[in-house]
Amino acid sequence: MEYVVEMLNITKEFPGIIANDNITLRLKKGEVHALLGENGAGKSTLMSVLFGMYTPEKGSIKVRGKEVTISNPNVANALGIGMVHQHFKLVSNFTVTENIILGLEPKKGFVVDIKSAAKKIEELSKTYGLNVDPYAKIEDISVGMQQRVEILKTLYRNAEVVILDEPTAVLTPQEIQELMKIIKNLVKEGKSIIIITHKLKEIKAVADQCTVIRHGKYIGTVDVKNTTEAEMASMMVGRQVNFKVEKTESNPGEVVLEVNNVSVKNNKKVLGLKNASLQVRAGEIVGIAGVEGNGQSELVEAITGLREIEEGSILLKGIDISKHSIRERIRSGIAHIPEDRQKRGLVLEYTIEENCVLEVYNQKPFSKYGLLDKAALAKHAKKIIEEFDVRSGEGAKTVVESMSGGNQQKAIIGREIENNPELLIACQPTRGLDVGSIEYIHKRLVEQRDSGKAVLLTSLELDEVLNLSDRIAIVNAGEIIDIVNAKDTNEDELGLMMAGIKRGEGA
Amino acid sequence: MKKGGIISLIAIFLGLIAGAILIMATGNDPVEGFTYLFQGGLKDSERIGNTLATATPLILTGLSVAFAFRTGLFNIGAAGQMLIGGFCALAIGLTVHLPTYLLLPLMVVVAMVAGAIWAFIPGLLKAKFNVHEVVSTIMMNWIAYWMVYYLVQNHFKGDTETESRMLADSATLKVPFLSDLFSGSFINLGIVIAIIMVIVISFIINRTVLGYELKAVGHNRSAAEYAGISVNRNVILSMMISGGLAGLAGVVQYAGNSSLIEIGVLPSEGFDGIAVALLGMNSPIGVFFSAIFFGLLSTGKGFMSAMTSIPPEISDVIIAIIIYFSATSLLIRKVINKLTRSRKYKKEILNSNVNVGEKVE
Repeated sequence: MEYVVEMLNITKEFPGIIANDNITLRLKKGEVHALLGENGAGKSTLMSVLFGMYTPEKGSIKVRGKEVTISNPNVANALGIGMVHQHFKLVSNFTVTENIILGLEPKKGFVVDIKSAAKKIEELSKTYGLNVDPYAKIEDISVGMQQRVEILKTLYRNAEVVILDEPTAVLTPQEIQELMKIIKNLVKEGKSIIIITHKLKEIKAVADQCTVIRHGKYIGTVDVKNTTEAEMASMMVGRQVNFKVEKTESNPGEVVLEVNNVSVKNNKKVLGLKNASLQVRAGEIVGIAGVEGNGQSELVEAITGLREIEEGSILLKGIDISKHSIRERIRSGIAHIPEDRQKRGLVLEYTIEENCVLEVYNQKPFSKYGLLDKAALAKHAKKIIEEFDVRSGEGAKTVVESMSGGNQQKAIIGREIENNPELLIACQPTRGLDVGSIEYIHKRLVEQRDSGKAVLLTSLELDEVLNLSDRIAIVNAGEIIDIVNAKDTNEDELGLMMAGIKRGEGA
Repeated sequence: MKKGGIISLIAIFLGLIAGAILIMATGNDPVEGFTYLFQGGLKDSERIGNTLATATPLILTGLSVAFAFRTGLFNIGAAGQMLIGGFCALAIGLTVHLPTYLLLPLMVVVAMVAGAIWAFIPGLLKAKFNVHEVVSTIMMNWIAYWMVYYLVQNHFKGDTETESRMLADSATLKVPFLSDLFSGSFINLGIVIAIIMVIVISFIINRTVLGYELKAVGHNRSAAEYAGISVNRNVILSMMISGGLAGLAGVVQYAGNSSLIEIGVLPSEGFDGIAVALLGMNSPIGVFFSAIFFGLLSTGKGFMSAMTSIPPEISDVIIAIIIYFSATSLLIRKVINKLTRSRKYKKEILNSNVNVGEKVE
């Protein structure tokens, strides 16, 4: 069978690093080809090369057998290559049609011919089973729908090859299943798909071939049917991986955190969390499952004091802290691993040792009489670096900006755990990290639980919530739909509840 | 900081080259021009004294701007704070009768407090209502300008319409031993105040809990908030310290370098402070040297134009060009980074076990 796209011996360098080192990827017509690799392995770079955003230093690209130079995304589009980015590029107060035709508006005289465009979009939508309303506004439709609009955008531009960059990161399990169906429909109609992912389950479900890259290097291309998930995982990581989090039965003690009927406004000044109630006991991990933006951030910010609550109360070990300042809450035993480590968790311009005392710099032994004790700072940082395996160029004096994401995260986790909290709130503690760091962080969180801390975990990765938590609270549209025991539930049930369907209501 | 120093030196170097080209364009010899320019500021002890004295208010306004900048605030109001500080000191000096050893400290403290209050208002507006400090400090400049205008004309009018009465020498920072040391220069105790403040501010920024908080707020407001640091309190405090420094520049200028206040102008030292801070890379010691360099050029230009036919404005142009180059320090930094980067990256990769391509994704 002929190849639609061939990327041969691609090498792309950035100052000081080789992001892609002699990588070859061949895509057959009508095939779903997965591109697998850890965060930072160079997947996005490779696809950006194909989509014309980077020019490779070495290697060549052939489209339908002919060598081409893709100097910018317009050239890629003209060659029939379309890309759906991880973060959608849509105008939220435009309709679906307006978004799709943006840049190549069909004109009737001086006016944009919306009608004929909408008709064409409707036809495309029908052909591929996308079920998109061309006149709906982007802000009114779900994230899954928005993704379909992005796919339609590429089809409208007559794409033969569609690149999907981490398409499932923002979807509920049900939406993921539908996406898989859509991918199959696309292939049936003769399109070819490249799907960038680090989720093995999805590759098994939908892909024919899988190319694995690691640390910018080409590891191999395998036939998905004849390869197990574990085999692909070890190709990706370079060693055997333990997927299961090992932990014993929890042994919950007294109630540490009590959230009673709390409502919170979100950034749009409407209620982002409605009447939520939740308890976390000592020695248990309570996970929050939900699609991004359904109230989990608001809940965490309400507990930590970053956001004012409208009504309800928050109790820590029986004391109402809902009016306390952020600092008072930290002092009374709340530690918080923030979801955005670079925005909230670290002062990037500060060194590790300065970041390690971000909450306690004004306490003994780190300062006396208003003066910082640099020796105490260094000692504290050294302890965290050793215990939490934080790797950096210049030890405690390293400016954290220059560290990798995984090591930044380990430094934050070390700092928060070293503060010896009653309640540890971990928000997406492993977002964007490689498998090795994830394993490590999971182990430390379970350790905290076993030492009698209350742990509240939020994560968009359902696997993570299921594996780590003892109990799971499911949020949808700002409401806690239900709280279930982790061992009595499964991914499908959680997925339904994440979509707002309560237990027993059926699908 | 070391890299910062190199960038400033490169900016100065490029500025001087551009100046040399301009001097050639006027048909003069740049070597001769620069020789007189630097001789004018350094030739004898009097000229050195004058250079230092000219630099004194610049050190303080430069520190003021740099301090605010380190904490993420852009204080454009140093001119107004300086004017108000200087005016209040002058008013005390003209009306209160105390022995010198009490009067001078009082004037200095009053100037500092007045400057701090003048900056407190924009700080408060920023903290409470999120009014941008650039806008409010500029407004405060004009409020200071017209207030001083009115008050001097109505209460402290001197010999001419546009000047206040003169302070007695005993009510200024001039001291005979310094003037004698520098053979009659107008250098005064202001330089001592400036040096002390360089040390104090440097200490605050680098060693204290306060400095840690202020810098954290300046670098990353969200992280500071997360850690329980009161962002609003630090914004106000930072503006007040910044204003206090500018206020000190006022007493140094109007009760040291000069003995009276001229109305109808905002002191240019206030705005030059921005350039001084920029060239000094916002570090106290950098501000100290860059202010002295500015003082040197402005003292030397008179001598240069007297000895050659080079117009004195050339030295202002050189200053302007240097400011341009230090403002584009990002560009220079990029070039330097490109040269040093690959080495640094390799080191990083060796030390971290994974994530080779992370910077790209």
